[in-house]
Amino acid sequence: MPDIAIQDPPPLYAAHRKIYPRAVKGRVRSIKWIVLIVLLSIYYIVPWIRWDRGPGVPNQAVLADIGNARLFFFWVELWPQEIYFLTGFLILCAIGLFAATSLFGRVWCGFTCPQTVWTDLFMWIERKIEGDRNARIKRDAGPASADRTRRRLAKHAAWIVIAMATGGAWIMYFQDAPTVVVDLLTGGASAQTYFFFGLFTLTTYGLAGFAREQVCTYMCPWPRFQGAMLDRDSLVVTYRDWRGEPRGKLKEAGHGDCIDCGACVHVCPTGVDIRLGQQLECIGCGLCVDACDEVMGKLDRPQGLIAFETLANLAASTAAAARFAPSPARLQAGMEARRPLHIIRPRTLMYAGVLSVVVAIMLGAFLLRDTLTLTVLAERAPPYVLLSDGSIRNAYTLKLADKTRDAGRFVLVLDGPHGLALTVQDAEADAQGRPILPARPDAVATFRAFVVSPPGRHGDDSERLRFRLQDASGHVVASGSSVFLRPHH
Amino acid sequence: MAKTPERDPHSGTATTGHDWDGITELDTPMPAWWLYTFYACIAFAVVWMVLFPSLPYVRGLLGYTARADFAASMEVQTARIAPMMARLREATPEAIAANPELRGFALAGGRIAFATNCAGCHGSGGQGALGGFPSLADDDWLYGGSFADIHKTIAVGVRNGDADARGIAMPAYISAGLTLPQIGDVADYVMSLSGTGTDPAAAARGAPLFAANCVACHGERGEGNRDLGAPRLNDRIWLYGGDKASLVQTIAYSRAGVMPAWAGRLDPAMINMLTVYVHALGGGER
Repeated sequence: MPDIAIQDPPPLYAAHRKIYPRAVKGRVRSIKWIVLIVLLSIYYIVPWIRWDRGPGVPNQAVLADIGNARLFFFWVELWPQEIYFLTGFLILCAIGLFAATSLFGRVWCGFTCPQTVWTDLFMWIERKIEGDRNARIKRDAGPASADRTRRRLAKHAAWIVIAMATGGAWIMYFQDAPTVVVDLLTGGASAQTYFFFGLFTLTTYGLAGFAREQVCTYMCPWPRFQGAMLDRDSLVVTYRDWRGEPRGKLKEAGHGDCIDCGACVHVCPTGVDIRLGQQLECIGCGLCVDACDEVMGKLDRPQGLIAFETLANLAASTAAAARFAPSPARLQAGMEARRPLHIIRPRTLMYAGVLSVVVAIMLGAFLLRDTLTLTVLAERAPPYVLLSDGSIRNAYTLKLADKTRDAGRFVLVLDGPHGLALTVQDAEADAQGRPILPARPDAVATFRAFVVSPPGRHGDDSERLRFRLQDASGHVVASGSSVFLRPHH
Repeated sequence: MAKTPERDPHSGTATTGHDWDGITELDTPMPAWWLYTFYACIAFAVVWMVLFPSLPYVRGLLGYTARADFAASMEVQTARIAPMMARLREATPEAIAANPELRGFALAGGRIAFATNCAGCHGSGGQGALGGFPSLADDDWLYGGSFADIHKTIAVGVRNGDADARGIAMPAYISAGLTLPQIGDVADYVMSLSGTGTDPAAAARGAPLFAANCVACHGERGEGNRDLGAPRLNDRIWLYGGDKASLVQTIAYSRAGVMPAWAGRLDPAMINMLTVYVHALGGGER
């Protein structure tokens, strides 16, 4: 047997390395706080907005009423067959995300993704209760103590309260908010409600409290393919190595601007070192920008050693700065080589184009959306009936869907070849003997219509018909088409 | 296979022992969790076989049968609709049709009952079929199209041997005094009644024969007789075909469609529902 060293296979799982992000102040951090407050406010407050729609209808502005198969959004009320509006809206969101990514890099990941927002909130609580990075590292490494236990309990209790509020708010998008809160608190909610409440509470607690950056690194598909939207002109969080290298101690001469203080690594919520270049784990939150700016400010050096920068500019600066030794001249040469943000390029134009087309289609479909639809189904068994006088009769099922809540009454008229007579089973007639169809508010009313071709009238085997629904003033409010069939001669 | 399994020098895992041009396949053992899940499934199957009927002629300890399960759920459903069925049993078909709630239930239930019991002959939409299966969707009725008439026809049936069944027998005229040419003339006359005749001379010869043999049941102008179930002959609807050959066949050898009486077979509520449903197919008379 040949003597080959047997290597252990590489481990399938990377051991979890606990990350202790440090607090940081700065411009990016302030923007992140504002975004966090705005987004969380929207999430928690929206279910409580009321919107009067009349008696017997939910008065919640945003509600997915699964039981009654209705989606309420302020003045809009969608039926299940209009779910494509939701699909279109999601397509819009996706293209918008692509466009924003190609322009500004991972702004979704770093600023607005729920995983980032709730993790940020949970980390803030963690700092408030357990102290900042060094205090936490020290306490975790130290011996067990009553103080540590007390703080941990307090932290988890606060997390669970927030998680419950988050899970509860999610339920409120599907049930009347005030009712479901009372039900949840008094034990009167259904098992299903408690299940989903518990599920979203647990996922919030687990994902924001424990899984954190591992969600972005291992679970989320978005980082895997968003590279396809980024190019050399997208803004990404970048370490300007042409300016910072070679790193070295502050006191020693001949070094770049990076003093290797590690601030950028300590504040990073995913624990990466941005100075190593672009990497999958970086969510583009820009906290290292703030951390480095703070240090540069203290050293009286220009800020922006770490910045939102394009790879094209980084390459240009690197080329321009290459012939200089670390010096203010190098910095100047590098910064002067930069070009303004290249916003208009084929990629962004394409996303903008697709976005406008989808917006136009969606808007058009939405504005032209019918609130009253007439569906005509020709009966197939039998396709026609021979009457005793030799007439041919066809029967149709009419489905009148009224998405409004006004109990409208409409006259049905037949638009087709001359000589065909229309009747509707069990329907009232107006003064001219035309059938009247009463709509059912917010429901589908079904009618059975007969069209008779008198004996001796000749026509094609299949004649096109149009059923038109008129309001009191004679305007056609809905119509549906079908055919009149007769035996083949 | 007492041979010691060959081991792969790199991983130390046993191989399958096959060698394909120097390539061998590792015989990596299954993961423990997979193996234990597999054993748990076997244990579950054994418990299942003891509790539930799994082998021929062996009843499980729990005494479960799919048939009993079905009967139990039928009982639940029957109990659920019992109050409605009681109301449908008490009400007349007219009253049911006039009450939107009862009518909706009757039409829905009637559709199912019709598909189960009637569609075999009358078609899924009540369109009937040539050869003696009357259309229930047209405006031509052998025994009447009012609620009461339809209800009675469904309840007692047609020529099924019961004393109170509807319909009488038509003689076979080939053995009741008419010759085949005479029968042809009568057929031509019958066609002329509905305006489809092509031979006026034959029809004129057939007229006195029709008057002598047919008017008693079918009426002087072929208008039919609903009490006897004698079809109307002066319209365009034919139970067995309106061409001359079919009519000659009908007159010569007679026709006699039958229909079972449903009174003993179906719940009276069901018959009421069927009556409302059939009445609504398109030909119901008031």
